[in-house]
This record gives sequence, structure tokens and C-alpha cells, in this order.
Amino acid sequence: MDQNTKDLINNEITNNEVCLFMKGTPDAPQCGFSMAISNMLKILEVNYKGINVLETSSLREGIKEFSDWPTIPQVYIKGEFIGGCDIVKEMYENGELKKILEDKGINFKK
Amino acid sequence: MAMNLKEIETLIKEALPDAVIEIQDLAGDGNHYSATVTSSEFSGKNKIEQHKMVYNSLKGRMGNELHALAIKTKEQ
Repeated sequence: MDQNTKDLINNEITNNEVCLFMKGTPDAPQCGFSMAISNMLKILEVNYKGINVLETSSLREGIKEFSDWPTIPQVYIKGEFIGGCDIVKEMYENGELKKILEDKGINFKK
Repeated sequence: MAMNLKEIETLIKEALPDAVIEIQDLAGDGNHYSATVTSSEFSGKNKIEQHKMVYNSLKGRMGNELHALAIKTKEQ
């Protein structure tokens, strides 16, 4: 991964409390898994930044290396990697996602 | 660019010999699967680590030949 990509990812996860690295955008997701996570965050009314990894191949590959995680979407909260689609979906369903948001002081619809 | 169900099961089994694995071909296209993996080797590990163990067992195929594999891990 080149330094620019690394800096870009670091900037996003530092400057945005909740980041969703996704295929497409929150308004126009281009993959069902990205759409699913995007919708969960919308339902919880979390203010999140969607980052479209399809914009550059260096970002699409870079985020996998950065997180050591082979799939997209990926969720970061306060700079910490929380999980991909399966884990975040499971956490949404069993209430753990709300708990993490609460613990990290992120505003959401309770 | 697809994998069959047996291949996935074999790879996971190689890495996690005690695993009980249930795989479903969700779309019938050899490209969208869901797997529930139960293993004693998951104990003491968080979800991210557990899922990484399954991804690692697939030796780089995840996200390449294998487009979609929804994973659920359970400790035994």
C-alpha cells in the first residue's frame, strides 16, 4: 500500500467518528452488503462518513491491507476497526452495536 | 471465478479440524454462500479474530474467487 493511501485512510478514520468503507455511496450503494450496513447506520441515525472504495483501486485494495480484512464493507468507530458486514449485522441484531456506540460516546437514536 | 461448496468445507476443515461446518449456497450460483462454523478453537477470541481464522483458512480466495461468504462463528 502506498503512503498516500495509508494517509488517506488514517485521515478518514481520525477525522470521522464513524466511517463506513463501502462500494458506492450511502445514497447509491453498489453492493447489497454495503447497502445493508449503510441502512443499519441510517436506521440508528448515526452520523457517519461513507467512503466509496470504488473510486480508486488503490483504496479498494489498500483498505483490505490496512485492516487485514479481505472484504468490503468495513466499519470503523473512533479509529477502531469494528468489523465487516457479518459481524456488524450480528452486532446490530443482538444490540452490541448500540452498546459500542454508547460506550464510545457516539450520538444515535436510542 | 467460483468455488464449490465442498472445496470451501475442505479448506475450513484443514485449518480447523474439529469444526462443525454448515454451508449453504444462497443463490445457487457457486458464488454466494453462507457458512456457520462451530469450533472449540474460537474460544477466548473475539469475533474479528474468529472470522479472520475462517478467512485465513480460505487462503486468499475470499474476495477473489469467492465473491460472497457470509460467516457466522460459534464457540463450541
